[in-house]
Amino acid sequence: MRRITLWMLSTVAALVLMFSYRTSLHGTAPVRASGASAPAPSASAAAGTQGSAAKTYQGSVAQTQWGPVQVTVTVSGGRITDVGVPTYPNGNHRDEEINAQALPRLKEEVLDAQSADIDTVSGATVTSDGYRQSLQAALDAAHLS
Amino acid sequence: MTARLARRAWVEQIMGLPVSVHVRGADPARPDVELAVARVFADLCRADAVLSPYRDASDLSRWERGELALGDADPDLALVMELCDLARERTGGWFDAAGLPEPRTGRRRYDPSGLVKGWAVQRAARHLAALDGAGWCLNAGGDVLVHAPEGQPPWRVGIEDPARPDRVMAVVARRGGAVATSGGAHRGAHIIDPHTGRPAAAVRSVTVAGPDLLWADVRATAAAARGPDALAGLAPYEALMITGAGERLTTPGWTED
Repeated sequence: MRRITLWMLSTVAALVLMFSYRTSLHGTAPVRASGASAPAPSASAAAGTQGSAAKTYQGSVAQTQWGPVQVTVTVSGGRITDVGVPTYPNGNHRDEEINAQALPRLKEEVLDAQSADIDTVSGATVTSDGYRQSLQAALDAAHLS
Repeated sequence: MTARLARRAWVEQIMGLPVSVHVRGADPARPDVELAVARVFADLCRADAVLSPYRDASDLSRWERGELALGDADPDLALVMELCDLARERTGGWFDAAGLPEPRTGRRRYDPSGLVKGWAVQRAARHLAALDGAGWCLNAGGDVLVHAPEGQPPWRVGIEDPARPDRVMAVVARRGGAVATSGGAHRGAHIIDPHTGRPAAAVRSVTVAGPDLLWADVRATAAAARGPDALAGLAPYEALMITGAGERLTTPGWTED
């Protein structure tokens, strides 16, 4: 349980960084979603809110060059049931606008990838631009380390 | 749930595509794993430098402008041109690198890119195939090549739903070989019917699975242009097609989870 939770925390953090990267550079730079450049939150997840069966884990705040990132995941019955990003880079109006669109979608995709239990996605050619919003990005991010 | 094998992913953007490599079951920090993955990316970068129609300095562009003779170019250029001829023959003309409209200008030019990706990825995968005991999954912009050694579960490949690209419409489990998908979900109608020079409309998405990524990809591209008739005589490749009308067609041997 703890293992998969930490795994999901780093998934979400990596995705937030990918989105934020585009935000900060206004989409002009080539993107490298390489694990080395994405400082994931340290694996010191602490149990937070506790329901009857559901448990929310809180990742530590990671300081990145774009700003602080923090993620939470809620686990119930061995499955991730919710993903939250309470802290993310929002240095300017444009960042806020993009994050407002990207984060709900990101959450949906992380949950989907888990429920389908898939390793990879075959689809009509994904360009580098489309990648950051793709299910494949979520699956890759889960294993960047 | 799949067993929790050690697994690591690497992602690079090459040829304008996200290319990801997942390795599992082998210590991801093993030096030969790191080296093999680096070689895969290096191979693909080199193929792009030689064969990209978008790079003015590529051997392909220089040959096309008449600045470079085929015999003086990187031998991969002649090899790819031969493969394009073979692909045109094998698909009855439905895959044709000659005379495709160039996306930026609409001008017709020789463009082998539809074959280069599958060919380059299949060839680059040799570095992963040499890794002892490792399972791997190579995904280049939605075209997938996998290997699961004995004792590891098959890779579960989700097939994207063309109506909702953030959803999966089918899952195939594969221990080896390729899964390639063509269609207009992400880039609009970019498959051209070589007989009319117009965007093909009869197919929303077609996925072809089989032993080799080059040929799975070529067959998927040809089937997207040709339509349901292309599903006959594909063996040993199998296919799943969603037509323009939303109909779901498969070859007799298509299996999914």
